[in-house]
Amino acid sequence: MVTRDLDRELKKGSAELLILSLVEKRARHGYEIGKLIDTRSGGALRFNVASLYPLLYRLEAKGLIEGRWVERASQRRRRYYRLTADGRKALRERRGAWAAFVEAMQRITEAEHA
Amino acid sequence: MHDWTQQIRRRIAGMSLDPAREAAAVEEISQHMDDRYEELRASGASEDSARRAVLSELDGDALTAGLRASLPAARERASLAAAGERSAPFLSGLVSDLRHGLRLLRGDPVFASVAILSLALGIGANTAIFQLLDAVRLRTLPIPHPEEVYNIRTARNPWGRTGHFSSYWSQLTNGIWERMRDQQQAFSKVAAFGGQPLNLAPTGEARYVEGLWVSGGFFDLAGVPPLRGRLITPADDVPGCGSPPAVVSERFWRRELGARESAIGEKLSVEGHPFEIAGVAPARFFGFDVGRDFDVALPICADPLITDEARVGGMDQWFLAAVGRLKPGWTPDRANEHLKAISRGIFEATVPASYDAVNERHYRAFKLEAQPLSSGLSDLRDEYGSPLWLLLAISATVLLIACANLANLLLARATARQREIAVRLALGASSRRLVRQLLAESLVLAALGAAAGVALAQALSRVLVTFVSTRDTRWFVAMRPDGRILLFAAALATLTCVLFGLLPALQASRTQPIEAMKSGGRGSSSGGARTAVRRALVVAQVSLSLVLLFGALLFVGTFRNLLSVDAGFRRDHLLVTELNLSRLKPDVEQRLRLRRQILERLRAVPGVEAAATVRIVPAGGNSWNESIGVDDTSVARETANFNRVSPGYFATMGTPILAGRDFDERDRAGAEPVAIVTEKFVRQFLPGVNPIGRVLRQDAEPNGRVPRYRIVGLVKDSKYGDLREDFTPIVFLPDAQDEKPRLLAAFVLRSRLPLGPLTAALKGAVAETSPEIGVDFRAFQDILRDGLVRERLLATLAGFFGVLAAVLAMVGPYGVVSYMVERRRNEIGVRMAIGATRRDIVTMVLREAAVLVGVGVAIGTALAILAGGAAKSMLFGLKPGDPASLALAVLALSVVAAAASVVPARRAATLDPVAALRED
Repeated sequence: MVTRDLDRELKKGSAELLILSLVEKRARHGYEIGKLIDTRSGGALRFNVASLYPLLYRLEAKGLIEGRWVERASQRRRRYYRLTADGRKALRERRGAWAAFVEAMQRITEAEHA
Repeated sequence: MHDWTQQIRRRIAGMSLDPAREAAAVEEISQHMDDRYEELRASGASEDSARRAVLSELDGDALTAGLRASLPAARERASLAAAGERSAPFLSGLVSDLRHGLRLLRGDPVFASVAILSLALGIGANTAIFQLLDAVRLRTLPIPHPEEVYNIRTARNPWGRTGHFSSYWSQLTNGIWERMRDQQQAFSKVAAFGGQPLNLAPTGEARYVEGLWVSGGFFDLAGVPPLRGRLITPADDVPGCGSPPAVVSERFWRRELGARESAIGEKLSVEGHPFEIAGVAPARFFGFDVGRDFDVALPICADPLITDEARVGGMDQWFLAAVGRLKPGWTPDRANEHLKAISRGIFEATVPASYDAVNERHYRAFKLEAQPLSSGLSDLRDEYGSPLWLLLAISATVLLIACANLANLLLARATARQREIAVRLALGASSRRLVRQLLAESLVLAALGAAAGVALAQALSRVLVTFVSTRDTRWFVAMRPDGRILLFAAALATLTCVLFGLLPALQASRTQPIEAMKSGGRGSSSGGARTAVRRALVVAQVSLSLVLLFGALLFVGTFRNLLSVDAGFRRDHLLVTELNLSRLKPDVEQRLRLRRQILERLRAVPGVEAAATVRIVPAGGNSWNESIGVDDTSVARETANFNRVSPGYFATMGTPILAGRDFDERDRAGAEPVAIVTEKFVRQFLPGVNPIGRVLRQDAEPNGRVPRYRIVGLVKDSKYGDLREDFTPIVFLPDAQDEKPRLLAAFVLRSRLPLGPLTAALKGAVAETSPEIGVDFRAFQDILRDGLVRERLLATLAGFFGVLAAVLAMVGPYGVVSYMVERRRNEIGVRMAIGATRRDIVTMVLREAAVLVGVGVAIGTALAILAGGAAKSMLFGLKPGDPASLALAVLALSVVAAAASVVPARRAATLDPVAALRED
């Protein structure tokens, strides 16, 4: 029961962290976010349309990001997501938690090496 | 370019999204798919393979499932936006959380049973006492429009009333009542009633039931219909009515008459006189006094038949209470004005002939007043009201301590789960959800505890009622667990849940994941904060326990003091016998002769060491006082208690005669009236003077004669009304000089024989004189004990709660010290490695515990002194801040706390330092 919770929260938590980090500096649209995760992770992490949008919508529903339609000349309108104040706070917390988590993982795995 | 919208729509169609939201999602996702398609085409994929790749990324049902997981929340959010957007998600899933809590508790049955048991005890005790309090103080009378009914009585005045008081409610004399009834305008109906035990046994050993004297309009005013037959009416209550009809209560009808219809019309023997049963009062009606039921109601006009003191005609015979229904349009103030206005005439016309000038002047100034009677006029309330509030406060404190304990235990559990909680928080679990899950566990505990508590309360309150009932005062309290009680218990449960559950839950949710994980659950700053909370809880627990323990010692001490106080007589091996001579219809001469004769026979019974007659049995509930002066020159006009005894009384009671002589054969009717007085009498009326030979005088009688008594003896002080009171001046008069001997005769007997054979022999001796005489026996100790019901109740319950508090107080220090030892294993290991002895370690740990207990004891002492002040009026022979009790409580609690800390301290000392150091 606990491990199942853990597993789900791990995936959910890390994916949300990724998205929040990507829209931290500037607003991005969904395709761009997916693309950036793909390229920056060197193809190790990939979100397809079926997993990305539910995530975006959930973050939006939680009030951590905010989507807005933006029209540019000679282009179709796109939905850009930007970080809200709550999102900024959540990002800060999760970065810290993530760093601690990674550090903890490292300590455990390093200990195995020693 | 492809149109993906169909594919997308098909996948999200069943979700009934907000149309605008759906359209936006479809547009956005299809755009993404366009982009992806272009990208694949640009990298050289064929049109067909690019299309298939894009569609495969839609990934079967993954989109539907994903959206379902995120958008329903969005949808609810939109629709519930107006109704407080966050509460709905917070509460949804509560059931599953409760189930989760139940599962957790089942996994830890020891913790669960300890928690539920301590809550059940706390909630049960509180509910039981609240239930009594509710029945006694808060509930209104079960009659139509109780708020219209007022108690009409003599207003309190600085002089008090003089005369004879012979009923449960001695507020008015019959003379005052009749005039008030005839003259008052403020009430549409008025009625009077009085009450006393009545003997139903035609002959032989007495069998007492609760008797109620009622005026003709009593049942009409109450507004209750008869259950069977008819009730007493004004036509039944006319002067000189002889043997009028009687009404019995529903309880009596069931208990004694088998609920037979044919019981109506049967004869009932009351004090040896037959009364016809006219009807049965309805079940819920018990009169106007909460806590006192009646068995048999008789019209006041039948009183002369049964009571020989001519109470109905005696202007100084206080034995009635009156009630009235306020007329529509009359305010209580106006009614009181009216009563005041008619008071003058009423009291002028009823001045008791026995009063002297001073008493008469006071009496003429008496006023009648009306007080609301919406919740009865309960002795029970007067006598037990404040003890009940006090007990409620005590049991609430026990509950508080239990809550502190549970909070501590839950904090410990939360600490154990700290890492799990930290990881879940780190991974995005919401802290609200965590709080809720932790609270759900507490809620389950509180609910189970409350359910067990309500069940326990039923038994407890029954025990309480039996506890305060004595033979002469059978308290009747209609108690059932109604909505109010259940509401009280539910409120308690919620409160306790919040008290012991919220703090640990909030603490846990505030866990700093980074810290928690870095520190491996030890020595972190949040852990430090948590320890501080636990320490504060222990301090609170220790201080509250000290208050309860101190209170328990005070009440137990009070009870012990009363049991051992020098009452001026020897309590053991004394038997009190009351005889009723009314069936023999003796005249005054015969009464005295019968008494002497019976006394001789009783003294002749083998095993009877001494016997005497007595008018007022000490602490027996009756009293008789008169205003007196000493010598004709004396101006002192003060009240003294009176008693009338036969020769041998002081020897029988074990009261030493200090000077002069006992009554003897010389003190006959017609000889010079004599008296024996107590030390207190001398201190008050003849300070520093030898009283023997002096004369005391009473108020002048109607014929102008002033009763004078020559003092022939001085005896040691003894208690009169009850054991609590200070010694009062008492004047003893000889039985043989009684000019108005009563039909009731009481005897005290000293014998070491067991009660059973003794009473049989005594009954035989009385029957030799006449089988028609009613007999009643009681051990004198029982009479005294019945007088101490309140003290016994307080001592027992406060003692029980005090011990409970002390036991609960052990858990706190034990838990905290164990926890501290656990957290500092490392440090202890290091210390031991560098040379600390086991003794040093034990000292170090105990010092920590001593600080907590010390602070708790200091705060507790201050609280205890405050609380003691509140209980002042219920103490006897002890000051509210009694140093000995306080010292004992402090000592007991310190020992308990030390014992609780020693166990983990020793565990710390036996730690293997190597193992402890290797752990981290």
